[in-house]
Amino acid sequence: MPLRLQRLDSARNDRLMEIIPLGDSALIVRVRERFDDAPEQTLDKVLCALRHLQSAAIPGVIELAPAYTSVAVFFDPIAVAKATATPGDGFDRFVERIRAAVAAGADRRRHRRAASPRVRLVKIPVCYDPEFGLDIDDVARHANMSPTEVVRLHSEAEYRVACIGFVPGFPFLAGLPKKLATPRRDVPRKEIPPGSVGIGGAQTGIYPLRSPGGWNLIGRTPLRLFDPGKNPPTLLRAGDRVRFRVITREEFESFKR
Amino acid sequence: MSLIVERAGFLTSVQDLGRVGFRQFGVSSGGALDSFGLRVANLLVGNDEGAPGLEITLGGLQLRFEDERLVVWCGGEFEVRIGSKALPAGHAARAQAGERLKFGRSQIGCRSWLVVSGGIDVPSTLGSRSTDLRAGFGGCGGRALRDGDVLPLSLYPKSSAFVKARTHKPTLSISSWTAPHDWVTPAKPKPILRFIRGIDWNRFNASTLKRLTGEAFTVSPDSDRMGVRLEGPELKRVDESDLISEAVAPGTIQVPPSGRPILLLGDCQTIGGYPKMAHVITVDLGVAAQLRAGDQVRFSEVSLADAHRLLLELERQLELFRVGLSLHTS
Repeated sequence: MPLRLQRLDSARNDRLMEIIPLGDSALIVRVRERFDDAPEQTLDKVLCALRHLQSAAIPGVIELAPAYTSVAVFFDPIAVAKATATPGDGFDRFVERIRAAVAAGADRRRHRRAASPRVRLVKIPVCYDPEFGLDIDDVARHANMSPTEVVRLHSEAEYRVACIGFVPGFPFLAGLPKKLATPRRDVPRKEIPPGSVGIGGAQTGIYPLRSPGGWNLIGRTPLRLFDPGKNPPTLLRAGDRVRFRVITREEFESFKR
Repeated sequence: MSLIVERAGFLTSVQDLGRVGFRQFGVSSGGALDSFGLRVANLLVGNDEGAPGLEITLGGLQLRFEDERLVVWCGGEFEVRIGSKALPAGHAARAQAGERLKFGRSQIGCRSWLVVSGGIDVPSTLGSRSTDLRAGFGGCGGRALRDGDVLPLSLYPKSSAFVKARTHKPTLSISSWTAPHDWVTPAKPKPILRFIRGIDWNRFNASTLKRLTGEAFTVSPDSDRMGVRLEGPELKRVDESDLISEAVAPGTIQVPPSGRPILLLGDCQTIGGYPKMAHVITVDLGVAAQLRAGDQVRFSEVSLADAHRLLLELERQLELFRVGLSLHTS
């Protein structure tokens, strides 16, 4: 019985699509209520909605931004109003077009469940030396294991980018082994060096820029995660698969050169 | 030809209409916090609406011109002088080579936008010339201006029809033409910002919601281009459940567990996990950009349809203004 209830619930969750105004110039399209219960499925749904919104090229849309369970649609209210002949009708029509684009994507997906889109796998070299992993002992203590074990678990898991945000290029990675989940530090650091890999609650991530932050630092990557001189400016994007590869201090230095 | 920054003032940065298309990478839209004000100022000197100008916070800026340029500023009630003359907001001055422009303190408001004919010629980064102060790129080396900076200006022929039409009298140094008062000086002593309900409106109980519309909030000194922190009535949520992070936007009023709301501005981060109680409407963002520490502010609710109607009306007026300016030029 409980199993059945769960299935009904997840079926309802599957059909969910909420379109909610985020102010007068943006909308949030939520495709699922929860994330943690099915991160993979949720991300695929979000990416699917994103792709269909992109290809629908709805007049008035300025940009799209995915995050966890939703895609934000930023639009120009003037262009939206001008897109219809009847005054005052533009916004409702716009919302309908968004709904239709996302629904069409969801339908197509149901028919071709197996043919889920190719997702990139990005391997990120990380040096877990204590010099970089300032909080690795705290994480180890919290998980009741050795720092070596923390490194092994962290570098063996496969992650997915749930969202890019906080600062440009910062990937929020889902898929952290449950044992490694560690609460954020009580007092955030005022300055964290770029490339620092951290654990914040049930997530792991990488600080692309020198910034303040409260995550537990366990290592550092020599790769540059944000480069405003490039387009796209970030190493990672929402949906990417990520693996960490352990490197030595020497390898770290040779990457930097 | 360049603009010499003799004194950079409290916080001055190069800003245009902001970055579009990079939120998915975590890059803020940024740009002039009063984009409408920047557009109006640019129109008044004959620039493209989106030409980069300077955003001046709390005054103190002193510039020297190397060649003859038209210059206009819009924003808070600042004391501005060009040479020995006072330059009111929204009036174009013809600055001569060697002339100085000084920003004093403001009576009301805290920011203003200054544009120079031709516009500031800094490289475009990710589609914009705006400075992203937090991420450290764009504008003038990704940072606020410093004393001694030299800002290159784009070419702007003195023979342009716009300049000729406006400065044909050699004695004229400050224009009589301007834009509507509210456009060039939007700062108000005790503003009321209009908002529409946010996604998480229902996570607050009726008495808390009443506080948002019924009471005055005070701007905290801990405010910047990312957001205005508000003190005063506490806005505590009904439930304490964690929310899933999703997009936020300039104008969003988010409420952290402390119950002290934050009104997000142009440099706000792209996503957030705090409840989104309300959103200040686009036409009022220019007023919000003027809030400074100690100011009192109130909020009043409008419908989404009204927010759109007000924006369309403002754009229609700007269109008429633009046409008017071009008719005078020809």
